[in-house]
Amino acid sequence: MREWLLSDAPASRRQARLGRLYSGWLTFRENTLAMLGLGILVALVICAALAPWIAPHDPYVQDLATRLKPIGTPGHILGTDSLGRDILSRLIWGSRITLYIVTLVALIAPVVGLLVGTVAGYAGGLWDAVLMRITDIFLAFPRLVLALAFVAALGAGIENAVLAISLTAWPPYARLARAETLTIRNSDFISAIRLQGAGPVRIITRHIWPLCLSSLIVRVTLDMAGIILAAAGLGFLGLGAQPPSPEWGAMISEGRRFILDHWWVATVPGLAIFTVSLAFNLLGDGLRDVLDPKSGGSQ
Amino acid sequence: MPQAATRRGRPAAPLAGFLGRAAAGIGSLAVTVLGLLFVTFFIGRVMPIDPVLAVVGERASPEVYADARAALGLDQPLPVQFWYYLREVARGDFGMSLLTARPVIDDIARVFPATLELATLGVLIGVLIGVPLGVLAAVNRGRWVDQIARLVALVGYSMPIFWLGLIGLLVFYGILGWVGGPGRLDVFYDGLVPTVTGMILVDSALAGDWTVFSNALSHIILPASLLGYFSLAYISRMTRSFMLEALSAEYITTARVKGMSEWRVVWVHAFRNIRVQLLTVIVLSYANLLEGSVLTEIIFSWPGIGFYITNALLAADMNAVLGGTVVVGTIFIILNMVSDLLYKFFDPRAR
Repeated sequence: MREWLLSDAPASRRQARLGRLYSGWLTFRENTLAMLGLGILVALVICAALAPWIAPHDPYVQDLATRLKPIGTPGHILGTDSLGRDILSRLIWGSRITLYIVTLVALIAPVVGLLVGTVAGYAGGLWDAVLMRITDIFLAFPRLVLALAFVAALGAGIENAVLAISLTAWPPYARLARAETLTIRNSDFISAIRLQGAGPVRIITRHIWPLCLSSLIVRVTLDMAGIILAAAGLGFLGLGAQPPSPEWGAMISEGRRFILDHWWVATVPGLAIFTVSLAFNLLGDGLRDVLDPKSGGSQ
Repeated sequence: MPQAATRRGRPAAPLAGFLGRAAAGIGSLAVTVLGLLFVTFFIGRVMPIDPVLAVVGERASPEVYADARAALGLDQPLPVQFWYYLREVARGDFGMSLLTARPVIDDIARVFPATLELATLGVLIGVLIGVPLGVLAAVNRGRWVDQIARLVALVGYSMPIFWLGLIGLLVFYGILGWVGGPGRLDVFYDGLVPTVTGMILVDSALAGDWTVFSNALSHIILPASLLGYFSLAYISRMTRSFMLEALSAEYITTARVKGMSEWRVVWVHAFRNIRVQLLTVIVLSYANLLEGSVLTEIIFSWPGIGFYITNALLAADMNAVLGGTVVVGTIFIILNMVSDLLYKFFDPRAR
């Protein structure tokens, strides 16, 4: 199998593609920190998927008799919050919300950016000028303050927070996609396809998008940390997920009142946010070294 | 980071060239600010609160309602309404704040110095530590100093700032008692020095009141260090990559071959050449701190513009939210543009 994958003369397109993936994986595996990041994220996904079975308690059930129990209490390893809810269970259920936010933003912002960037880069001329002007305007906006204003208008809630973050997150992807498109647009294989009669839509979707993907994936992974922090910040301000939802930022906000006497209520979810965004940063660094060797190393 | 546009052009006198570019810069600045105003106008339109009802109340007769609607200009077509909005903003009129019952622009003028003071001290801390750290990391590439610098930056990129602020308060205020708590001053020092700039550190120094100064310092040092840490993460990484590029240049090899001391090579030859790039990065992180201090201000009850906007938001005071957004956004856009222009003016390679 290994030999088939690493063969110098692949017999089919599929073999070549899988072989390239495999050698990329071999390079990636060398990078201990990136593997650590990947491990953390895999654990997060497993936690989220198995939440009903591995969480020791119901994350919403209040028990005022056992409120504010410290870390290490039997039955509540990470303690309980001000309403007697088990913090570990809330963390585990909260991982679902984190993944939900990350997935939604990752589905919206890069796709909008890719669309705008490739159309601008491929069409050129007036389209390019107008679309890039709009991108620049959005790029120059203050992101957090604008997200605040959007949430204010749309109403607090997790979907609106995602929408607000996405609205301020797409411009860098558009720039990236446009730059990639400009280098691809005039290459010989595009001319060849055009001579075969392919229209612009087909060229963009079938031939330009796949080539933009790898740099886009790297950028998205590196941005994920910032997106998690922004979502947690909105949750902390009371503008994202609403109580009693076990969203991690909202949990910190609830624990804030007890920080001096019951430090663990706010500390534990903060550590969870830190761990996950660190994992995305580590993974992003590793992916950049594999997928995008041009810009690697120096950062 | 904004792209430094590389345009081909005829070589002109530097000043004339700069003026031309500045004019173009101001043009694109105007377009960007117009875009910002359009977005805030749009947000003001889509929000589910009816501004007329807020004025006349729910029991007003249809005639009163229609009159108030006309008085607010809401019966006009949207482009006309946008024009009215632009005119008001140009006069500095953002309407009245529901929360404080004062003009929004006065509120902003009152709270802005607090944010400015915090962000300025933050960026100073970031530069004073971040730049030497980045230079050290580049000179000792791959060695332990470099690894530590990388770790410091990585943690900075991954840390939720509001959480670190809480932990900082817990440790340095709650447990150790080394710093002042939330707010800008202890209550009994409030209003002791006359307000000149609105920045308490400056005002108390001007008045020569060092008791108030040291109290203010004990309050600002923790939030400013926190913001400083976040700009440090970015500044040290950028310094490192600029320095690596500068150190690999041929004139550095020449300088080394001539037998110059390493200190001189690094600081006089390499560092001098990255000053402009570094300056643009510092201006950018300053802009980011002015904008990004929202969460820090909440944690430390720091009465700055972020605190103001957030409280207005929670009270559904849209005039204050949008006015604050326009002011912060415009400053952010201007600083971005300044960073771009600095680069083009001072770096001959970009001309």
